[in-house]
Amino acid sequence: MKGYRRQDGRTGIRNYLVVAYLVECAHHAAREIVLPYRDRGAHLIGFAGCYPNAYAERVMKRLATHPNVGAVLLVSLGCESFNRRDLAETVRRSGRPVRTLVLQEDGGSRATVAAGRAWVEETLPKLHAMSRSDMQPGDLVVGTICGGSDATSGLTANPAIGKTFDWLVDRRATAIFEETNELLGCERHLAARAITPELGEELAAAVLKAERYHRVLGHGSFAWGNAEGGLTTQEEKSLGAYAKSGSRQVSGLLKPGDLPPRGGLYLLDVVPDGEVRFGFPNICDNAEAADLMACGAHMILFSTGCGSVVGSAVAPVVKVCANPETYRRMAEDMDVDAGRILEDRGTLDEVTGELIDRVLRTADGEPTASESLGHQEFILPYKSFEPIGPSCLPGGPARE
Amino acid sequence: MLRLAPADNVAVATAALAAGQSARLDDTRLTLLDPIPLGHKVAVAAIARGEKVLKCGCPIGSATREIRVGQHVHVHNLKSDYFATFTRQQPAVVAKEPPT
Repeated sequence: MKGYRRQDGRTGIRNYLVVAYLVECAHHAAREIVLPYRDRGAHLIGFAGCYPNAYAERVMKRLATHPNVGAVLLVSLGCESFNRRDLAETVRRSGRPVRTLVLQEDGGSRATVAAGRAWVEETLPKLHAMSRSDMQPGDLVVGTICGGSDATSGLTANPAIGKTFDWLVDRRATAIFEETNELLGCERHLAARAITPELGEELAAAVLKAERYHRVLGHGSFAWGNAEGGLTTQEEKSLGAYAKSGSRQVSGLLKPGDLPPRGGLYLLDVVPDGEVRFGFPNICDNAEAADLMACGAHMILFSTGCGSVVGSAVAPVVKVCANPETYRRMAEDMDVDAGRILEDRGTLDEVTGELIDRVLRTADGEPTASESLGHQEFILPYKSFEPIGPSCLPGGPARE
Repeated sequence: MLRLAPADNVAVATAALAAGQSARLDDTRLTLLDPIPLGHKVAVAAIARGEKVLKCGCPIGSATREIRVGQHVHVHNLKSDYFATFTRQQPAVVAKEPPT
């Protein structure tokens, strides 16, 4: 297995050029710049808001210096609040090529798109020429999400992801689960798996915070499609979702942008702190993907029963299909047919073995189903967080 | 069908099952009173109104009406103890009367 060694010591499994718009007003120009290079490793990310937001700036810095990213082009309108100089400086210090284009200073849409494409044209060959270094399974940071869950998710795909997480953690890799709002009812069991009692209390508190947040908004993390798929209640969905975390001890609690200091299993708290502001914590599955990538996730194991098609910019998404009927309808969008367990066409251990193999091949550069189909979804909403407390990372935080 | 924990009063269908069909559960069989889609729940014990429904040995909500063995257990007879379940087709899922 080989990857791209970065100046900060991390290794990437892709070498993408990221084009980032810093406000929705610059989205069009950024998208036009990416379009001709979409299949050659140029990815589009961005933040739509014009008002300043510390969370969004932190996540954008993490994504622009993500191990899978080799070069960054920033596209600004000019008058938005985003601190483009600070972001560009962060990327420059990370040793990556960076360029900033400002629509209001660089001649408007057409001239900016032309300048952007010229920079991409000049930069991509340098990225393609970079050599790869050896990488071990223990170097991987793997996140997990479920999306479009149905009643099969908790029976097949989620347990297979849980066992894959156990396999990764046993090899000193980093595994991150989140969806604290989908752990409701499991919080005491989760707390008992923490490496210290103080961390256990933080984990349980994160789940209860999610409950309070959703109660104010009047809606749990439950879509009607979940019910059509046979899930009746939030707590039933939680039972299935929790299986993705596997069985190992939990080493820490992260918030978006915190880098796991060492291998192990981590819970990522994606629900904002303080009073309920800015609406739902995760407006869709890709908002969770952005938070996982901000913690350095190289790839995302995505469990789906109803059948999600999404991929992601920056981090490959491995789709684990829980429902055999869905798999037959949407096989091209899926990487692993976990639902075959229900039809006696394979055991949980066999599906887990296939998923581990898929993780390692993805890490070594093989495209996933959503990558092959060109999926590069990305969304970054407004949020606000307090820093994590001292009990959250019992071994101490990562050195910056 | 699959009972996920010994204490469970529901089992899940590992394939779509028809009403009137006799389905295997562990070493016994029971007759289904409703069609059960893949992954959906069937009562495998009589459940009283207000009683907790158990899956994987954990409560997943409370019964909103009496549920007979073999009946489909879903949004028409089970509610969350945390949040109301959002239903985009509200009229279609309420008032599903048990067969007479």
